[in-house]
Amino acid sequence: MIAYHLPILQIVVPLIAAPLSAFCRRAGLAWYLAVAICAVSFAISIALLGRVMAEGPISYLLGSWAAPWGIEYRIDAFNAFVLMIISGIGVVVLPFARASVAAEIEPHNQALFYTAYLLCFTGLLGMVITGDAFNAFVFLEISSLSTYVLVALGANRNRRALTAAYSYLVMGTIGATFFVIGIGLIYMMTGTLNMADLAARLQGLEQNRTVLVAFAFIVTGIGLKLALFPMHLWLPNAYAFAPSAVTVFLAATATKAAVYLMLRFLFTIFGTDYHILGLTMTWLFTPLALAAMFAASTVAIFQVDIKRMLAYSSVAQIGYMVLGMSFASVSGLTATIIHLFNHALMKGALFMVLGAIVLRQGAATVTTIRGLGRKMPWTMAAFVAGGLSLIGVPLTVGFVSKWYLIVAALESGRWPLAVLVVLSSLLAVIYVWRVVEIAYLSEAPEDSTAREAPLSMLIPIWTLITANIYFGIDAGLTSRVAGAAARILLGVAQ
Amino acid sequence: MTDAGLLLLTILLPLFAALLIALVGRRPNLRESVTLATAVLLFAVVVALSLRFRAGPIPAATLQEVMPGLVIALKIEPLGMMFALIASGLWIVNSIYSIGYMRANKEKNQTRFYICFAIAIMSALGVAFAANMFTLFVFYEILSVSTYPLVTHKETPEARASGRTYLGLLLGTSIGLMMIAIIWTWVATGTLDFTRGGILDGRVSATLAPLLLALYMFGIGKAALMPVHRWLPAAMVAPTPVSALLHAVAVVKAGVFTVMKVIVYIFGVDFLAKTGAATWLMWLAAFSLLAASLVALGKDNLKARLAYSTVSQLSYVTLGAALATSMGIIGGSMQIAMHAMGKITLFFCAGAIYTATHKTEISQMDGLGRAMPFTYGAFLIGALSIIGLPPMGGSWSKWYLIMGAADAGQLIVIGVLMLSSLLNVAYLLPIVGRGFFAGSDAAPAHGAVHAVGADVAAGSRLRAIKEAPLFCVLPPCLTAAGCIALFFHADSLFRLLEPMVRP
Repeated sequence: MIAYHLPILQIVVPLIAAPLSAFCRRAGLAWYLAVAICAVSFAISIALLGRVMAEGPISYLLGSWAAPWGIEYRIDAFNAFVLMIISGIGVVVLPFARASVAAEIEPHNQALFYTAYLLCFTGLLGMVITGDAFNAFVFLEISSLSTYVLVALGANRNRRALTAAYSYLVMGTIGATFFVIGIGLIYMMTGTLNMADLAARLQGLEQNRTVLVAFAFIVTGIGLKLALFPMHLWLPNAYAFAPSAVTVFLAATATKAAVYLMLRFLFTIFGTDYHILGLTMTWLFTPLALAAMFAASTVAIFQVDIKRMLAYSSVAQIGYMVLGMSFASVSGLTATIIHLFNHALMKGALFMVLGAIVLRQGAATVTTIRGLGRKMPWTMAAFVAGGLSLIGVPLTVGFVSKWYLIVAALESGRWPLAVLVVLSSLLAVIYVWRVVEIAYLSEAPEDSTAREAPLSMLIPIWTLITANIYFGIDAGLTSRVAGAAARILLGVAQ
Repeated sequence: MTDAGLLLLTILLPLFAALLIALVGRRPNLRESVTLATAVLLFAVVVALSLRFRAGPIPAATLQEVMPGLVIALKIEPLGMMFALIASGLWIVNSIYSIGYMRANKEKNQTRFYICFAIAIMSALGVAFAANMFTLFVFYEILSVSTYPLVTHKETPEARASGRTYLGLLLGTSIGLMMIAIIWTWVATGTLDFTRGGILDGRVSATLAPLLLALYMFGIGKAALMPVHRWLPAAMVAPTPVSALLHAVAVVKAGVFTVMKVIVYIFGVDFLAKTGAATWLMWLAAFSLLAASLVALGKDNLKARLAYSTVSQLSYVTLGAALATSMGIIGGSMQIAMHAMGKITLFFCAGAIYTATHKTEISQMDGLGRAMPFTYGAFLIGALSIIGLPPMGGSWSKWYLIMGAADAGQLIVIGVLMLSSLLNVAYLLPIVGRGFFAGSDAAPAHGAVHAVGADVAAGSRLRAIKEAPLFCVLPPCLTAAGCIALFFHADSLFRLLEPMVRP
């Protein structure tokens, strides 16, 4: 019975917990609630992934209303994998968040932080699990609105968080509006909102002007949410000024959910039969991905604030995901999907390291990290390991992603792209090693009071670092799931 | 113990030692005992493996499947066996030397030094026993990263700048070029296993083969083929034991070893000979060989001169591989062993001189040979081996290389090799000559700042200089003896390597 209702429990449990946590006066209580709820969610997502991999896609009808009319939750290898990423990160961030939130957010807002966190968590999971286009929009809005609140909570540390949240709000709303206009247009043409049904009814409408316009609106709308270059302008400030725990959570999950949505709409709903899809990939996504990889990485090299540096690095990493998408091949999509997971692990770990530095030093800039190699050895060692993963050194997850991406480029015969991928990862060497050099080879100021981060931060940091290495050494599971997901998206037999 | 178990032990032993060193870091004597004991044990394991290998082939040991079809696996073949024997054998001698050097010079952060050293040795053995290109690449990268803290050991601005050049070039070339080459090979052939006769024949066209070869050759930055040699002189800022074992043996040899592996087991000698894809490489190696010797000639800093000499000597190996003849391969492979023994001797001596006198420039070393006869004697033997004069081991590798060049019909290459030997004489022997014959006891040595008795009257400074501590002098004498021993036992080396090129 419970097993049958797992798909809806995945959403309902955190959704109900969010208002409950608003009633908690004390942050501690809200924190315990959030931990319990996220842990349950994570367990559910693992159970779902196991079932999907063993038995194939699950279809769950909300209130038992039959599919095209009622809302359907449809779970295949792809979204089960993304659900696991989001809920897994949700769990790991919380132990870290406790000390970080206590230090960075005003006491009377701390309980509300966990409410917004759970809402955002619900929204992201909902976007991914649903099989209904409009429902995806609703969840997208739930996650976005709560994200604006979460970013704005950084105002206690730096007032600029307010402007960052505001510009994110403006951009995010434009994106969401475009998205819903696109959905409206295809609804007008087909009379359905169910994704599977849409996919069937959109066949044969490849030349329809309205459908093409809808396509453009949807791609632009989601593109804004996933910070596709040059629509990434909201991201660096939002990441840099949000509370550290929020940055970790957003960097590891929010753009991932948007990438999921993009893939789902492009490949499942429109499908590769659409001529416009191929054109978009070749003439829009490939150049934009390359621009992101190089422009954002170059900008990252010159950042003073390390959080901003990693934020720009995220824009570049999204470039890798979009590049993988643009090959529209099994190996390309495998690269994108496996990078969703791998990037969540590395950026999660790295932003946590910065959170620990912010806790001890008040900020993570090129001056506050001087000599931290000695003062915070475990934290900085984690930065080195995470940085190596970001660069893509073998035995880390970053290498696995790069491997698949380059294989995809060479298989498609576009070898210059392979060269560009490695060149851009050399830019990562520069910005990562710049931090390592300052932390290890500069002396700390005489009056430095820096000390090692608390265990409640080190444990989640090293959990993610261990995952970075574990899934870099044994990528069998992740590449199998990502491969299966890619084949589902392209409609290729297993 | 099973063969696979022994093979795994070669990786696990140094790794375990690194952990143990970290644990007992506060007690220097215990820490150094761990290093020495592991070194001896490791060498014993490698020797045991070589005895079993002589008896018959040893199956591969698979550690882990990283991605579908891509496995980390270890397997023994002749070249790797030789490299492992050298690296693990010299680690013992070098550990003794490290103890003497690091303590006499009161270096900081010694625990970190020994940990990184053990990890570097682990990766060198991983490179040696790699069963496929993927495994080799993995250990190659660990080697790059683990030696970075050794290069920047002194933590000075100079060390920092050198560290940048070092890591930038090594990571840049390996990720930027070699990784693409590996994935290209993978996409074209579906395998990365080292296979006798190569795997590319019929899979990569003759027109693209030179390009793929270039990606590999410049991607293997550790082979220091010009113009990607800059990291090696930069690495000389490290303490001398690092220069001696890593930047004369483990790291650079891992580079040329990889060159050899790629040419013999990925491309295949016949494929290269048939397509002529390696002709450009032969000329580039010949150029690199002469140019580096000329640069060495102009260096006054002893370690810098030795570094450029290494760049030049490494090109011998690449040249041997590029000749694409059996004798060239044998000569190049032998050069790996011979040069290792010779160059480590020279670096040991340079470090001993520095420890005893704190001198780094050759022009300041007049007359030191009379005060430090053992060090200079060992230096002479090492130098003669590098030059390639009998009865030193180095003469055999030159011999086979010239035979290889003759087989390939490249008379100009023979000329290059001979000219290079003359250049070697010109930049190595004057150091010994100055040491024994230049200057007089009465003349003050220029700018001498030495460890003992800074207030001794200028005229008697030279007399105050003594040999470095025993732990610094014994190792070069041992390796110098090794240079001579290699001359008389080159036959067993030849028999070990010969199956590599047997049709």
